[in-house]
Amino acid sequence: MSPVRAADSQPLGRRRARAAFRAGAGILPFGIYITVFLAVPAVAVMVGAFRSPSGHWTWQNISIATHGVYAHGFVMSIELSLLTSVVPGVLGVVVANAVLTSRGRVLRRIVSSASGVFAQFGGVPLAFLFIATLGTTGLVTDWMKALGFDPWNHGFDLYTFFGVALVYTYFQLPLMVLVITPALEGLRPAWREAASGLGARSWGYWRHVGGPVLFPSFLGGVLLLFATSLSAYATAEVLTSGSIPLTSIQIGSFLNGNVIAGQQNVGKALGLGLMVVIAVVMVLYGMVQRRASRWSR
Amino acid sequence: MVALGEVDALFDPGDAVARPPRAWAAGRLRSIAWWRGIVLVCTGAFFLIPLFAALRFSLESFSGALTFSAFTAIPTQPGFTAALSLSIHLAVVTTLITLGLMVPTAVYVHLRLPRLRPIFDGITILPIVIPPVVLIVGVLQVAPTSLKGTPYLLALVYVVLAMPFVYRSVDAGLRAIDLKTLVEASRSLGGRWPSTVWRVIVPNLRTGILSATVLTVALVLGEFTMASLDLYQTLPVWIYNFFLSGNGHVSTAVSLLALVVTWLVLLVISSFDLRRIRRMAQARRDA
Repeated sequence: MSPVRAADSQPLGRRRARAAFRAGAGILPFGIYITVFLAVPAVAVMVGAFRSPSGHWTWQNISIATHGVYAHGFVMSIELSLLTSVVPGVLGVVVANAVLTSRGRVLRRIVSSASGVFAQFGGVPLAFLFIATLGTTGLVTDWMKALGFDPWNHGFDLYTFFGVALVYTYFQLPLMVLVITPALEGLRPAWREAASGLGARSWGYWRHVGGPVLFPSFLGGVLLLFATSLSAYATAEVLTSGSIPLTSIQIGSFLNGNVIAGQQNVGKALGLGLMVVIAVVMVLYGMVQRRASRWSR
Repeated sequence: MVALGEVDALFDPGDAVARPPRAWAAGRLRSIAWWRGIVLVCTGAFFLIPLFAALRFSLESFSGALTFSAFTAIPTQPGFTAALSLSIHLAVVTTLITLGLMVPTAVYVHLRLPRLRPIFDGITILPIVIPPVVLIVGVLQVAPTSLKGTPYLLALVYVVLAMPFVYRSVDAGLRAIDLKTLVEASRSLGGRWPSTVWRVIVPNLRTGILSATVLTVALVLGEFTMASLDLYQTLPVWIYNFFLSGNGHVSTAVSLLALVVTWLVLLVISSFDLRRIRRMAQARRDA
């Protein structure tokens, strides 16, 4: 490059930098807000995970967080999230397909708005709904007792792992319906007709056409449900009063002051653990999304 | 960053455009009808029975007779009005900050930095990645004591929680209009920036802003995790504490009311959308 050109490009570069700076100024308030209320707290948790209460660097918190009751919490959280993402995920596809292939427009409108509400529905009210339904004196429990079968005497307990999983289905299933409906709408009727013209029955169509096309979207939806389940707190807390060891509830109990001296920062190590699990899930999600977008093109 | 196209469906309160599926074969349709019926009935039962159970439970008196006393008693319960008022205050403050922050930012990105849009899609989805319970741990760690002493710290954090929903609503609204032409027209007619924003952009984004508002309000009114860990009695926290002190009937009644109100508001919004879509379709037919 000749010196003359270099001298020429200098002011241009500076002008560009200034223009870029000015353009950036418009998003500055947003950037500051995100930094202060999202990035700084997240970093504080990550750093705190490696700090002793007296302010020294340590692996102690990580070590405590990955052993004993806390390791059990991670396993339980991941198991619960897997169960409540795969089962409602599959059911969500079935329900969405049943709704989409039905003729009633009214039904579709109702399901669409109801899914929106139920997917947002969670926390305290949801727990009450199920206590009134399947609690020891709940409505359905009473019905079953009247039929001579008390579920609570046959190993059922709403306030345990499977009870919580059942309750989570109440918002996970609608979430899946919302997420998978656009993908199901993308299945062209012509494909179905072509498959059936080639002699495929319903199973053959889903095995060779519908399934493979839908799969990336399905997996993406399941991963989203997984992340939702993993970070859920209120429903499990209200339902079980913290009696089943889920990581999110254990983190909450550190804030509630149930802390052994010297372990104040273990909660942050647990938080870091949750972020790592979700980050792994999101990377998977991103990979799946890239595959899914290849199909829609 | 991760492209979360599918998540968009969550933030769209309007119904999906109904497209009647073609009947591929009459015989197949009939054979499908019975399993579809079973699926729909089972799903309906799963979602409606708990609602019915909660309704019956809240209408039941201790003697077993049906009464509305749990509902009529709500306003006079100790702490209820304070909790409701705190929740409403937080909802208003959160909504104002959220709209004031996100609408100008989204407009600016669309007008000036369209190439950054994928990055913004990514950044605004981040709050979904960080669980609220982890975020509040970090916030309480770094917040200065003066902020920790006020419930409005919660509003400031709720803005972050609401961000994915709000950004997507506003972004969808911006995508649906020809923002650049509108702004250029307004500017060439001599409109200054404030009047362009207030009289041209905002009215055109009405639906997006409205649905963003509803989602934010619903989120704040239902948020339990952060409020309970920050030890403030918002409505959900009050409901839970009231339940713990042995008032299950009233707590369930309040929960049901909250659910019904949320649903009604969402229905109003989606019918508002629908009317607009119908009017647009009418205009197109007339043209």
